[in-house]
Amino acid sequence: MLELATSEGTTVAPQDLAASPLAIRGLTVSYGQKPAVFSVDMTVQPGAMTAIIGPNGAGKSTLLKAALGIITPLSGQVTVYGQPLDDRRARIAYVPQRASVDWDFPTRVIDVVLMGLYRELGLLGRVRARHRATAMDCLNRVGMRDFADRQIGQLSGGQQQRVFLARALAQDADLYLLDEPFAGVDAATEKAIIAVLKSLKQAGKTVVVVHHDLATVTDYFDHVFLINTRKVAEGTVAEAFTAETLQATYGGRLATAQIDQISRALG
Amino acid sequence: MLWDALTLQLGYNATLVAIGATLLGIAAGVTGTFLFLRKRALVSDAISHATLPGVCLAFMVMAALGGDGRNLIGLLAGSALSAWVGLLCMNWLTSRTRLAEDAAIGSVLSVFFGFGVVLLTVIQTMGVGRQAGLEGFLLGSTAGMLWADAMVIAAGGAATLALVMLIRRPMMLVAFDPEYAAARGLPVGRIDLAMMGLVMAVTVVGLKIVGLILIVALLIIPPVTARFWTERSDHVVLISGFAGGLAGYLGAALSASAPNLPTGPIIVLVSFAFFALSLFLAPVRGVLAAVLRHIRFQRRVHMRQGLLALAQGQTIYEPLTLRLLRRAGLVRPDGVPTETGKARSAKALRDEKRWELVRADQAHEATAALYDGLRDIETVLTRDQIAEIDRRIGGPQEVRP
Repeated sequence: MLELATSEGTTVAPQDLAASPLAIRGLTVSYGQKPAVFSVDMTVQPGAMTAIIGPNGAGKSTLLKAALGIITPLSGQVTVYGQPLDDRRARIAYVPQRASVDWDFPTRVIDVVLMGLYRELGLLGRVRARHRATAMDCLNRVGMRDFADRQIGQLSGGQQQRVFLARALAQDADLYLLDEPFAGVDAATEKAIIAVLKSLKQAGKTVVVVHHDLATVTDYFDHVFLINTRKVAEGTVAEAFTAETLQATYGGRLATAQIDQISRALG
Repeated sequence: MLWDALTLQLGYNATLVAIGATLLGIAAGVTGTFLFLRKRALVSDAISHATLPGVCLAFMVMAALGGDGRNLIGLLAGSALSAWVGLLCMNWLTSRTRLAEDAAIGSVLSVFFGFGVVLLTVIQTMGVGRQAGLEGFLLGSTAGMLWADAMVIAAGGAATLALVMLIRRPMMLVAFDPEYAAARGLPVGRIDLAMMGLVMAVTVVGLKIVGLILIVALLIIPPVTARFWTERSDHVVLISGFAGGLAGYLGAALSASAPNLPTGPIIVLVSFAFFALSLFLAPVRGVLAAVLRHIRFQRRVHMRQGLLALAQGQTIYEPLTLRLLRRAGLVRPDGVPTETGKARSAKALRDEKRWELVRADQAHEATAALYDGLRDIETVLTRDQIAEIDRRIGGPQEVRP
């Protein structure tokens, strides 16, 4: 196998690709004639917590969805732990944006979490006590144990988000992909979610989060991926989360004061 | 007469129809639930109208080959074929063009149905068509139903039902969260197509009894009815199947109990009666329950506000509040609080403070979510928990009146 050239011209050895939980090469996604994501390379570091950052409409969610095959890309390839996506799906847990479903759907909190056990349950398998126990344990980890029997329509936005996270936990995956988990949630939920994500990292799992709040990036993450249709920068927070890369990502859309604030936070 | 019909004593044909209609009702109710929860109920209308050209073409082919043009299996196979073509057209229009689903449904429905009507007219002028009776497929015709016809319907309905139960889990997952389902590697497009294929099977099976124009009612009304009674998707499936089966049975019996009552439309009307009853009487989601809940809620709000006003020594002017407090014996006719009134209002004020703490404490999140400004705290917390909170409030345990 030949070495692959990334868009920066640096080279990535094949063994790095094999080790990467999620490696994307030359991914282009287009809605109609306008590309939302253009020729993007991404190599997620194992055991890291990576934030995907960029302005609205920069293709953050699209990148994630295309990587998971939810939308079909125009070109590009995706490998998960060095193998094609479809061979490694069981190792990925995805948390969609909570606005993507109808919360008036007739189902209870516990039933949503049990969806995470879809593979184990199979087509006809009965939901047994041990499945229920797993689901309750996952609800407990996000502080939602007491909500198990409630109708999902009764939940607040933050609680909905935590239920989605519990469903992903139930999968017991190695790579967690979350789409804007902190959007419009209360402070308690944000704290609960970040605690769970950090415990996943501690357990050696890999976490990738589409994130919009620049102020919390340095606190929450160790790696960043900056995107505005094209990749702008990728690396550790210290390397890639700088005033220059942010300026390049957001262009005029980020106020100078904001950039100053962030670079001060970075020291 | 009706009793005879209900106990299947109105003769051979009526019994066959009643059994067939019951099975059809169950299959349609169960299958329709998935369509309804996927929010694609109207797709069934396009599918059913797309069966007509197939029925006509099958008749023409069978008649041209010298066979019996009215062979039910042949006609149903033809209808399934053209419904499938209609389904694929609709899928293609929604996924490959910028046409929205409602427009795609409208186009497919009208074009296929129009083509079918043209073929129907052609058949009537063909000579062989006089006795064809194909227009019976529009609204169903059960008068001449044969044992073999009933068997086709029963077998088709049972097979559809078995398939639905087999893939119910992926269908439900796709209905609730298609993106998550896709991320887990489920073939969402194919599951949707399978779901619509099952709806098509029910439609085809039901052509003889309710006809292609009304079958949509059997697919949509039972799940909508069931939704009023439960908040669990698996229960919606069961209740919908039950409501559909019962409507099929009662409708067939009713139509057999008097001459010249059409079976299909009567089944639909019975189904509608269940819907109307549920709409008004269902315990949580029903209209009546909602109205009662609103009135009761309003009264509790007035009562609570009245008690809090009393506790703070404010004068109450709101007539409804005064009336409620007076009727409960909490104030005297002149507006002065009674002893019970004083005690209750002090308690209300105390509860306010307790709730304040509960709502600020993340450990009590599940309880805090129940807060509506009205509940007595002891209905949601144990005595020990309340004592704990009171300790944290501190200060005098007696609240001044």
